Amino acid sequence: MRLELREITKQFPGVLANDRISISADRGKVLGLLGENGAGKTTLMNILSGLYRPDSGEILIDGEPRLFSDPADAITAGIGMVHQHFMLVPVFDVVESVALGAEPVTGLVHTFDRATARKRVVELSAQYGLHVDPDAKIEDLPVGVRQRVEILKALYRKSDILVLDEPSAVLTPGETEELFAIIRGLAAGGTTVIFITHKLNEVLEVADTITVLRRGRVAGTVLPDETSREELANLMVGRDVELTVTRSPAKPAGVVLELVDLNVRDDRDSMAVRGVNLEVRAGEIVAVAGVQGNGQTELVEAITGLRQVDSGSLRIGGQVVEHASPRRVSDLGVAHIPEDRSRDGLIGSMTVEENYILDSYHRDPYSNGGRLDWKVIGEKAEVGVREFDIRTPSIETHVGALSGGNQQKVIVAREFSRPVQLVIAAQPTRGLDVGSIEYIHRRIIEQRDAGAAILIVSTELDEVLALGDRVAVMFAGQIVGVLSSDQATKEAVGMLMGGVH
Amino acid sequence: MRKRLRPLLVPALAVLSAFIVGSLFLLFTDIKHIGMLTTDPVGAFTGALGNIIDAYGALIVGAFGDPKRFSTALQSGDIHDWTIAFRPMSETLVAATPLMFTGLAIAVSFRSGVFNIGGDGQFVLGALGATVVALMFRGMPAPITLVAALAGGIVFGAVWGFIPGFLKARTGAHEVITTIMLNYVALQIVQLALRNDFLRQSTSSQPISKVLDFVRVPQLIPFLGLRLHWGFIVALLVAALVSWFLFKTTKGFELRSAGLNLTAARYAGMSAGGSIILAMVVSGALAGLGGAFQVMGSVTQMSNDVNSGYGWTAIALALLGGTRPGGVVAAALLFGALNNGGHGMQVASGVPLDLLVFIQALVIMFVAAPDLVRKIYRLRQPAIESGAPAAEGAPA
Ligand SMILES: Nc1ncnc2c1ncn2[C@@H]1O[C@H](COP(=O)(O)OP(=O)(O)OP(=O)(O)O)[C@@H](O)[C@H]1O
Ligand SMILES: [Mg+2]
Repeated sequence: MRLELREITKQFPGVLANDRISISADRGKVLGLLGENGAGKTTLMNILSGLYRPDSGEILIDGEPRLFSDPADAITAGIGMVHQHFMLVPVFDVVESVALGAEPVTGLVHTFDRATARKRVVELSAQYGLHVDPDAKIEDLPVGVRQRVEILKALYRKSDILVLDEPSAVLTPGETEELFAIIRGLAAGGTTVIFITHKLNEVLEVADTITVLRRGRVAGTVLPDETSREELANLMVGRDVELTVTRSPAKPAGVVLELVDLNVRDDRDSMAVRGVNLEVRAGEIVAVAGVQGNGQTELVEAITGLRQVDSGSLRIGGQVVEHASPRRVSDLGVAHIPEDRSRDGLIGSMTVEENYILDSYHRDPYSNGGRLDWKVIGEKAEVGVREFDIRTPSIETHVGALSGGNQQKVIVAREFSRPVQLVIAAQPTRGLDVGSIEYIHRRIIEQRDAGAAILIVSTELDEVLALGDRVAVMFAGQIVGVLSSDQATKEAVGMLMGGVH
Repeated sequence: MRKRLRPLLVPALAVLSAFIVGSLFLLFTDIKHIGMLTTDPVGAFTGALGNIIDAYGALIVGAFGDPKRFSTALQSGDIHDWTIAFRPMSETLVAATPLMFTGLAIAVSFRSGVFNIGGDGQFVLGALGATVVALMFRGMPAPITLVAALAGGIVFGAVWGFIPGFLKARTGAHEVITTIMLNYVALQIVQLALRNDFLRQSTSSQPISKVLDFVRVPQLIPFLGLRLHWGFIVALLVAALVSWFLFKTTKGFELRSAGLNLTAARYAGMSAGGSIILAMVVSGALAGLGGAFQVMGSVTQMSNDVNSGYGWTAIALALLGGTRPGGVVAAALLFGALNNGGHGMQVASGVPLDLLVFIQALVIMFVAAPDLVRKIYRLRQPAIESGAPAAEGAPA
């Protein structure tokens, strides 16, 4: 079906999220939607899917104006949405999750007709090459597969228009390729797809047309063949962006972080980190590359005191910290940018200023003998907001209302607001736009040049190569290779990540 | 200002809705007027309406006093008349005082992500602690005895909060289970203690303590001879203190953080176990202080009856007040007025006290379902929920 959104406007308290946005997509085509964090992409899609009501503007499907009062309405009209943050029930299995809300029923008391539902799930899964086990429990599935369950859910409801909000942010390169194949298959079958991403390569690869949003407005609509990454980046942020931040060669000094034969167990008690040896020196960036789930998470948790070390030694600035608490590690001058920002790094229903002091509220100048000095806190938070260009209506806004990129900036601003000797950054730019990535990379390099030791953990190959003075590749809990920045090519690192060495 | 008042909207409408549903209940149980419906519809309707107005009128008079009494007192100027005029209001505040303490206690625990169901046990043990210490200090100057006894109440309550807090922090034992169990244990301890000759009033065959007339909490307006005592003022001060603690201190910040997102609090270097224990100790101490004031202010003797489910009602109050200290005070005053006014209503209009229980339950139900209230009154959904209102404040 042909979809058109006309002059959509949506105002939130303090933010004009959508300002007369018009987009359109033809039947069987893929529309790529780009835009910096907070540009209004998710808001626009939430309007399309009936979750929010626009202040003005209209939605036309095959030329006919439609207004959805709730998501059920939009679903009936054939609009399926895979949200930025998945909305699946962990204890359900695939068939239940997919059929939930549209379950076929049988008998007098309308019991759930599992057999019929299961049959459809199997059919759809085969038709679009989704490869999903219909009886698996959601909680046991990797993210890539969960996402396909979300897609199945939309297909199950006979969606003619499918919206994918940043589907690739959490996928491995292999999973992303599979996703693209699915998208192409859907489009070929006549489904209209709207695909939101921050990754310029992806949108160039899969979209038929690209619309770029900036600060709630359409900044331009272009064709992939007639544009470049640079032009797209410029449209998004309104200025030229350095897609790979330049940096001077590292000048490594004394060892700050030292891991010797470190072993760490995961939650299921199996060894997740196996005999890792690694040093990070002051003034250098060591990037740990690897496919998600090869022990990086446990490694970071062990270093930051959040997880028990099984055996081996762990020193920070010469101090033994194998059994130190997170507070003690943080007091040594360790900044930690956690992997899952909304779960681990922020408290969504607290304000920007409260989150700004989350790990240093007990220190000078915020605490005054156990009393919080809100005046000073407010002043410092204002400084952080200004310095890091955090887009927020005020420092009293709940952090949960900010866009993903701005949430991440709050964390980085907080972590860099005090003197640090070691920075541990896990997926520091996941889900961020090119402008924010450039900005956060710059800040990290600045910290390095100021003499901090930096450990980056990233599944993003581009990021690892852009930042690492040395690249350590993790596979199955082990460091399978450490490459200097000139040895570290895409191919070399990619091979090691895949376990070939 | 509008922003400050916003959080009050849903609770206020919840109360209003509860009264409306309550009046429907009166309407449909009004057998006499329903019977008249066929013969005299107009009379039936006005009669029924009159009944409702009578009942709610009696409720208000019972809770706040009778205007006629006030004018009598004005004319005569007699102290005795003033006492009579002010008594309902005094009794309302006396009824609200223990609810304020326990409501604040539970609100602190909810804010911290701990579900303290043990307000009852902490309250009665606070009362027992105050009694024991008072009797131990008997003969000392009254102010010293009083302060020591209040401290005794705080300590007993705090210990009774510490136990489940410690168990949760150390072993993960769920506080809902442990606090409920400890409520029963507390009641048994009181039973046992009241058999002891040190506490027991020898002239009574009932399990009841000696009269604590030597450590009375002073009355607020002594010349009127009303029961209202300084415990009420202390409760207000404690509410301010709790608010200061939660929002202006580092420890309060830790508790609120842990309550809203325990993982993030842990990542920020806060000690999860420490927060749980602190929250339970503070919560228990507040409930215990409430018990101490109850036994030395509102009543004069320790007995099993000192507790009438204040710890349970407190859960509703904490939610109704949005776990904000000011809100909890307001909720406690409302429930105090309903409880006290209900007696007046029962006497004056014959409507059973149970109607009030019904209305209270409805208030809680409406508050627990804010979306329902918003739908009924066609309020807009707030863009982002602010603060830690009812639903968010209560941990799963
Ligand atoms: N429910 C809400 N209440 C208040 N403000 C909101 C709400 N949802 C979004 N906003 C604001 O509207 C703006 C647009 O947000 P939106 O989530 O649409 O951005 P986005 O383009 O999807 O960003 P991202 O790439 O980070 O996901 C942001 O400034 C955000 O803070
Ligand atoms: Mg978004």
